[in-house]
Amino acid sequence: MESPSPMTSSATITQRDQLMVEMKVAEIYHLFASLPHHAQTLMLELQRDNHVEFLTKGLKQLGPNYGVLDANRPWLCYWILHSIALLGDFIDCKLENDTVDFLNRCQLPHLATTYAAVNSLITLGGERALSSINREKLHGFLLRMKDPSGGFRTKIRRSSAIEVDLTWVLNRRTSYVKINVVVSDYSYMPKIAEAARVVWLFLLCSMSLADLSLHLVLRSWLGLYLCLPQLPTISFPCGEMDVRACYTAISVASVLDILDYELVQNVGNYILSCQTYEGGIAGEPGSEAHGGYTFCGLATMILINEVERLDLPSLLEWVVFRQGVECGFQGRINKLVDGCYSFWQGGACALMQRLHSVVVGQLHAKVKKTVENTDSIQTPNLSDLENVPGASSTGSGGMPITDSVLKLSDIGFSFIKEQIELDPLFHSIALQQYILLCSQVQDGGFRDKPGKQRDHYHTCYCLSGLSVSQHCWSKDVDCSPLPKAIFGPYSNLLERTHPLFNIVLDRYHEAHDFFSGQ
Amino acid sequence: MSSDEDERIPLPERPEWADVKPIPQDDGSNPVVPIAYKEEFRETMDYFRAVYASDERSPRSLGLTVEAIKLNPGNYTVWHFRRLVLEKLGSDLHDELDFVNSIAKSNSKNYQIWHHRRWVAERIGIEAASLELEFTKEIFSLDAKNYHAWSHRQWVLQALGGWENELDYCDELLEEDIFNNSAWNQRYFVVTRSPLLGGLESMREAEVKYVVKAILSNPGNESPWRYLRGLYKGDTHALIHNPEVSSVCLEVLKEKKNCVFPLSLLLDLLCYGLQPNEEFSNVVEALRPSNSGPPEVNLKKTICSVLETLDPLRSNYWIWRKNNLLPSSEV
Repeated sequence: MESPSPMTSSATITQRDQLMVEMKVAEIYHLFASLPHHAQTLMLELQRDNHVEFLTKGLKQLGPNYGVLDANRPWLCYWILHSIALLGDFIDCKLENDTVDFLNRCQLPHLATTYAAVNSLITLGGERALSSINREKLHGFLLRMKDPSGGFRTKIRRSSAIEVDLTWVLNRRTSYVKINVVVSDYSYMPKIAEAARVVWLFLLCSMSLADLSLHLVLRSWLGLYLCLPQLPTISFPCGEMDVRACYTAISVASVLDILDYELVQNVGNYILSCQTYEGGIAGEPGSEAHGGYTFCGLATMILINEVERLDLPSLLEWVVFRQGVECGFQGRINKLVDGCYSFWQGGACALMQRLHSVVVGQLHAKVKKTVENTDSIQTPNLSDLENVPGASSTGSGGMPITDSVLKLSDIGFSFIKEQIELDPLFHSIALQQYILLCSQVQDGGFRDKPGKQRDHYHTCYCLSGLSVSQHCWSKDVDCSPLPKAIFGPYSNLLERTHPLFNIVLDRYHEAHDFFSGQ
Repeated sequence: MSSDEDERIPLPERPEWADVKPIPQDDGSNPVVPIAYKEEFRETMDYFRAVYASDERSPRSLGLTVEAIKLNPGNYTVWHFRRLVLEKLGSDLHDELDFVNSIAKSNSKNYQIWHHRRWVAERIGIEAASLELEFTKEIFSLDAKNYHAWSHRQWVLQALGGWENELDYCDELLEEDIFNNSAWNQRYFVVTRSPLLGGLESMREAEVKYVVKAILSNPGNESPWRYLRGLYKGDTHALIHNPEVSSVCLEVLKEKKNCVFPLSLLLDLLCYGLQPNEEFSNVVEALRPSNSGPPEVNLKKTICSVLETLDPLRSNYWIWRKNNLLPSSEV
């Protein structure tokens, strides 16, 4: 195999695409370097007013092209509200009330949109928004979304346990009725068989009824016969099952203080099965490691207190290697940089900073294990790593927790209370440079990369990543970052976000007080 | 405007819909994130809401979902209802695959389409395997790294079969683009999970040969380096005992002094207890900048220091690694 140079025509698609992006980014950085100091400062400035204007405008009106996001309007709310909160701004009272009304009006049969709606309401904050969340109902909903295997599915399918289905079959001579009884709950089977005979007799008497009303009459009659006031409906999870679904379920439950062991059961096994040979986490077992799923998987494992089960040194190395020459992050190996990974990968790095003792414990255990095994040939496995000092005896926050008193919903709270023991392991200044110079659109909003259009999704996750990279040097959540941690003017400083839920910290605290006090 | 749109007859003007009363979207009096829907969009969704509310699982409902999906393939409720209608009508699922084909080509990054496709293929059963493998192949000819398409393909292989040519297909894709990490991942998937192959350990020797060749052709390509480590996942003992692993690192470093991947692998090998030979030490020592003072006593520390300057974007990481090397006495 000859090594093709990216400049020649024999370069592969990956090489050509990568080169194009590198050239565009380099052009921007060269221009920046050539500018006088004051012009540079101007270019690095976060265009707060323009961003807020772009975001608020979206909250009030979106163009017809947004039709494809029609089913994701709670997501649009979250992206916009969270961005505005990161910028330290607010929306006016009326718009706030309208948003609460809208979110409560949305029927949310989908897990991911539920996450978006809950995070939106918490970001709005205040009695009206927070008390509008029916936690008991949500807990039941989340339980119903759970797949027997342990993972979560994004949608639920509700169907009647007994479907009575009538078809008039027209024959040249006679017309007759074909009755289909579909039984989802087999415990009704014997009774149904018995009922079938009676149904026939009943039908003979009601031939005059129209198709639809006959259907309805028959349904309720069957319910009556089975001594059920209404035909029971059963619901079972459907929709895709992946790491994102697990994260949205666990995150919602944790932030609302309704996370329990029933919800958590087997989730850890599922996430663990998605960690790939590359070190990162995939959406499903066997798939490729991916930035979005890595954040979701890691955050989930922390929230359910099982993070030690992941191979953290490999995960860490995979994540830090996703930051590239463009200074931003890519989502997968050999893919192009994208501003949204500023949060997914940068956020995962921020989480790792708080797992220092567990990572180091695993790193050393790996080493010791191999050395010991050089004589007695044994393969180390992950369960051995759980015996590492500092792993099983401590919770995710590095705080000693005994399982008997551990309240799962407290993990998200205690996780950020601890002092950070570790400097960030990615290049936080370089990341800020990419976000400000390559993703920021001067007229407001952020984009994937130069040449792409701005949108609310990228605005949300570029700003979230910017916030993470500005605050990652402060050891304590209550400390303001030093000027040297901020790229560009200090006025670029954003509000701090909770790295597990991606909710601005003081809004998170308000919600935590509200729900834990209930 | 395409001719399709010109020919569209508004739903209220179609006689077959005369009996249906459309249900407008109930957004309340002051909606937020309101979308200025096109008339066609609004009208289609109003009629969709009506058949959805009356749970009318009829041929005309099925047709209406086609129109709604074309306007917004991301609406999971429409897809969901379509499945209910398909079930009720006992529709030909091969036709359904054709329909998804037409939608998927231009919306290949949409979750709902792939979920729907899986549902259809599952119902068709094993005869769908070859169709689905062919379909994902077509998607990869446009976008060889499409995440959903790869997930779908893996599901097809596991649920419906068709493993026979999968390793060859990986070869083919890697030949086209050796940087395609999705193809490397698929290769790993096949090697570790194909029921026709003997599993990772029996494939390891051949795979190491394959991956070493790929590394030597493009040492700056991260994919094969990760793949090489992956071949020894959970078995660091075997990793340090295969001389081919350290020798490919040294070979690359002799040619390409600034290559990060072989250095980071050498670091891990040392951490796992590999005893460096003289060649190893010489190659690493040669990478130290001449003005960097007295040599470090420890080869692992030397590598960390070299990486710290060679790879400034990750200097924090390499410093952290250096600070957390286990002292030799503890090993």
